[in-house]
Amino acid sequence: MTFDHDDGRGASRRKILECMTWAGTGVLWTIAGGMPRSMGIIGEAAAAEASGLTFLQISDSHVGFDKPANPNALGTLEEAVGKIKALPVKPSFIIHTGDITHLCKPSEFDDADRIISQSRLDVHYVPGEHDVLDEDVKLYRNRYGRGTKGAGWYSFDANGVHFIGLVNVVDLKAGGLGNLGNEQLEWLEDDLKGRPASTPIVVFAHIPLWSVYPAWGWGTEDAARALDYLKRFGSVTVLNGHIHQIMQKVEGSVTFHTAMSTAFPQPAPGAAPSPGPMKVADDKLRSLLGVTDVTFKRGQQRLAIIDQPLQG
Amino acid sequence: MTRKLCVTIALAVAVLAAAAALPAASAQAVDTEVLIDQFTFTPQRVAVKAGTTVTWSNEDDVPHTIASSGKLFKSRALDTGDKFSFTFTTPGTYEYFCSLHPHMTGAIVVEAATGSNAAR
Repeated sequence: MTFDHDDGRGASRRKILECMTWAGTGVLWTIAGGMPRSMGIIGEAAAAEASGLTFLQISDSHVGFDKPANPNALGTLEEAVGKIKALPVKPSFIIHTGDITHLCKPSEFDDADRIISQSRLDVHYVPGEHDVLDEDVKLYRNRYGRGTKGAGWYSFDANGVHFIGLVNVVDLKAGGLGNLGNEQLEWLEDDLKGRPASTPIVVFAHIPLWSVYPAWGWGTEDAARALDYLKRFGSVTVLNGHIHQIMQKVEGSVTFHTAMSTAFPQPAPGAAPSPGPMKVADDKLRSLLGVTDVTFKRGQQRLAIIDQPLQG
Repeated sequence: MTRKLCVTIALAVAVLAAAAALPAASAQAVDTEVLIDQFTFTPQRVAVKAGTTVTWSNEDDVPHTIASSGKLFKSRALDTGDKFSFTFTTPGTYEYFCSLHPHMTGAIVVEAATGSNAAR
């Protein structure tokens, strides 16, 4: 389940399909100390976490999507929220890594808010490219932008962990990938200045901050500069969405992880002519959708990341 | 899916054929269509006469935009089945991309409307 793209060739299609199959059969897994561990961990993690911090990641809810890959994306979001409400340990909050809506319509934002608020948890958002279809990013910022900079970036602290929400979906350049931009990068450098290297850092943004598959735009043009500012920290966890499937890479002290969508799956890199929505058998859909449970335990370098499919 | 792909390929071939036939058939502007399918503009590069209206049509299940690299034109987000048209009056090469998926790029090459009459 751990992919290392450092070999320059990227993960093979077969390897990725194995990964998807594994996720599809419902094996829950976690990464601790860089080693994947599977099953049974939920109870263990839940029991041990009185002094730690557990939060939830949901991503790519695409409210308003009604195409064959999932005619009822609002329904599967509701199922995901149901899953969150049923967790044995109540998470401290939720982060949503973007593409809240499919077409950036006020009614879609309304529907998303109505369902997600049923979790009764605080939600920290960053936008996906589908949430910023209006030229000046007004719809997104009016709802979620309070206290944020630029197109909606910000940071906050919880239980000694420093969280940074970044926006890499605006002002994209022809032929390019996701983009953070100079203003945001300068803010990031400033935000990190003076923080002890022992502070655990969680960075979340919509498009992956590592090069998953540039041919499909799955990467961020100027992520290297952000990672340069982060390299002195002993524990960095980067949580992304956008690609609608689980991928993970560990590079030194940095763990990169992408979450499933709650709306529809997308193909493994290169496994289809394009990254568009992937239609799977009805009884398989919910094994490819889900949420991600993240737990921080004081004294441990890596956060435990558990992907939970809606079904299986 | 297969059927949709077949239809798309057939349409793309038709558009390509129309574009290819253009210079020989007429020196006048003939309205041209560019399909957006599988995160690709087809044809990706098309030559037209000045005065041509180019219409982009989104066949994908996700929204796309048409944004001129020189900021000459930009569509709103096109949902499945939506179209966007722009009329090119001045000769030149107009590069464009999808501002949501910027790895998607294309170009419209606009030639003078009268130039090829002499060759016929």
